[in-house]
Amino acid sequence: MSASSLLDKNKLDEIIQSYDGEKSYLIAMLQKVQEIYKYLPEEAMTYIGSKVEGLSPATVFGVATFYAQFSLEPKGKYEIKVCDGTACHVRGSMPVLEAVKKKIQLQNGKMTTENGMFSLETVSCLGACSLAPAMVINGKIYPKMTPDAVEIVIDTILKENV
Amino acid sequence: MEKVKLTIDIKEEQAKAQELIKKQGRRILVCASTGCIANGALDLIAEFKRLGADADVLTNDVKMSVIPTGCIGFCEQGCLVVVPDKKLTYVHVKKEDVAEIYESLKNDTVVERLLYVDPALNKKIVNNEEMNFYAKQTRTAMKNCGIINPESLDEAIAVGAYSALSKVLEINDQEYVIKEIEDSGLRGRGGGGFATGKKWRSVYRHQGGKSYVICNGDEGDPGAFMDRSVMEDDPNKLLEGMAIAAFAVGADEGYIYVRAEYPLAIKRLKMAIKAAEERNLLGKNIMGSNFSFHIHIKEGAGAFVCGESSALIASIEGERGMPRPKNIHMAECGLFKRPTLLNNVETFANVPLIILNGAKWFASMGTETSKGTKTFALTGEVNNTGLIEVPMNTTLRQIVFDLGGGIRNGKKFKAVQIGGPSGGCLTEQHLDMPMDYDQLTKVGAMVGSGGLVVMNEDTCIVEVARFFMNFTQHESCGKCTPCREGTKQMLAILERIVKGQGKMEDLDMLEELGHVIKVGSLCGLGKSAPNPVLSTLKYFRDEYIAHIKDKKCPAGVCTALKHYEIEADKCKGCTKCARNCPVGAIEGTIKEPHKINQDKCIKCGACKDNCPFKAIVTK
Repeated sequence: MSASSLLDKNKLDEIIQSYDGEKSYLIAMLQKVQEIYKYLPEEAMTYIGSKVEGLSPATVFGVATFYAQFSLEPKGKYEIKVCDGTACHVRGSMPVLEAVKKKIQLQNGKMTTENGMFSLETVSCLGACSLAPAMVINGKIYPKMTPDAVEIVIDTILKENV
Repeated sequence: MEKVKLTIDIKEEQAKAQELIKKQGRRILVCASTGCIANGALDLIAEFKRLGADADVLTNDVKMSVIPTGCIGFCEQGCLVVVPDKKLTYVHVKKEDVAEIYESLKNDTVVERLLYVDPALNKKIVNNEEMNFYAKQTRTAMKNCGIINPESLDEAIAVGAYSALSKVLEINDQEYVIKEIEDSGLRGRGGGGFATGKKWRSVYRHQGGKSYVICNGDEGDPGAFMDRSVMEDDPNKLLEGMAIAAFAVGADEGYIYVRAEYPLAIKRLKMAIKAAEERNLLGKNIMGSNFSFHIHIKEGAGAFVCGESSALIASIEGERGMPRPKNIHMAECGLFKRPTLLNNVETFANVPLIILNGAKWFASMGTETSKGTKTFALTGEVNNTGLIEVPMNTTLRQIVFDLGGGIRNGKKFKAVQIGGPSGGCLTEQHLDMPMDYDQLTKVGAMVGSGGLVVMNEDTCIVEVARFFMNFTQHESCGKCTPCREGTKQMLAILERIVKGQGKMEDLDMLEELGHVIKVGSLCGLGKSAPNPVLSTLKYFRDEYIAHIKDKKCPAGVCTALKHYEIEADKCKGCTKCARNCPVGAIEGTIKEPHKINQDKCIKCGACKDNCPFKAIVTK
């Protein structure tokens, strides 16, 4: 089965319609698409690029690759974001990141685990500097992290998914 | 200009809202901002409600209501519970403590164990007016943050929201508004410090057709969160400030560009816009006047460069957020090629009070060239991290040691990074300097958005410079070659230095590259990207040299330069370290002092972390 048949064209049309097909809302449209698929499937970008007036698939691709929020590969069921803003960095976010990598057994260079359970990225600031170092999993903030706390948090998630 | 009779009497609305507040009885404020929610603030609120707060019954003649507020600012001490009529602040409150607090409020007693302890005086503070953290602040932009429920329009109106807009619409004179802002001396709070009144006047001159007002809420500076606080905690103040600006420059449509990492701010702004439009305080023919103003929210998608005005506009238009040359003026040709006024969140938040209290009042605070107050996000190795707002003549020493309560764990102050990746570092010699735009520029730093990251003796300055360069290199949009390629080269050099592979010539090369990037880039990102490196090279050159010549990291941070050693007199020969070492670099027989084979050691620190006798040290 090709990926394109997985796409729900009606849903994409709905998204485009909700912004009146106005090209200045491209970023918002892509955000909606990512909300549904957890990443931006190439076919969805091509579809929007050919459907919305004034856009082309190349423009959409250009915008999608420009912004850090967009991902062109599928993310995990649990999206882990380790904050590496200045405040978190000076209070030790790197050991936390390393601990997560080790714990979820992320292979070198990959951002999502083989089983699609976890994906890991760093973000530059969550604005939760007083909780430094901070980590976010699917929108929930975990304050004042340590490598040991990472162990506990991930174990809890793993247990819930047995 | 003729005065306009409005159909909404804001004073009457305010009196009505205040009546509603009175009915709440004793207000128990629980900070429900991003930080405190992560610490469990929502559980506290639910617990207060379960115990009877908010219910329509009187307990000892005092009815109590629990109010979720925005950030009270004292984030380090969260969760915070404040009882304004008793001037009480409880810190580090847990769900289990709620019942005790609730009972004590019924009986008019105090829960001593939850009071804040002043670290300098080692004394419990009963009256929150005596808390240094609050007593030394002057709040204007953040005046209502942490005092009102940000999701209730009535609470905002009760403390004066939309009174300034009402005044402006009644007087109905654009010139008057612009003059007030000019006379106040307000300067852009987003970084550059451009005179706000001057900016407004140039957009006003181009009015006639469609114009826009944009609020820059793309607070991308890692380590800063004051704009988030204003948007989350007092959204109406921002909306009112934007509406006043729109009236002054003749715009009828506005955008707030909020970074996607701030979902709570987006939610609260949307709520506030809807509620204000329903009450005719925004939208069409505001308060019965001829002035209409519609505000839209645009979410960013994670690009630091979009904090730059022309890149931000490109992003609102749905394109890649790349800046354009400055010779095309925004006042003439901005968003959708129309005249556009763009200011930062905090700048707009200062506007309503300037209109209400007058330009003179605002200009009486601060220094000769920097008027009013400034918010700072105080973070890093300081006792009281949190949000503060102080007059612009406040010194760094007052901020770090009085408000901030000094350095954590009794360590020594080393430096403050101000203005994030675009700013510079300030050292001991700058402690008595006022935090004013021009003074900071003079010493190679800048106010920037107002992020203050405090560093102690254990922070490696070279590593911090590398961290910022890594950030800007990542965020460079790639349009200008000096910024795109130059930051890459600077980063490569810094990475060599922290690994102990640097050469002395590298320092000259860093300075040369820095200069080229500064003059050869279009936007603020490139122009300021070398600042952290250049300013640390100026003030901490010795530390760079130590990394290069002595192959040592004086702060003991850089992994590659660490040197682990076992102190023979402390080692009991328990063999734990040898078992923990992943590369088998530790040798020795049981009950005899062990030794580390330096050629094999990968400096992971596993031995040191696990030694029960603290016999392993880094040198």
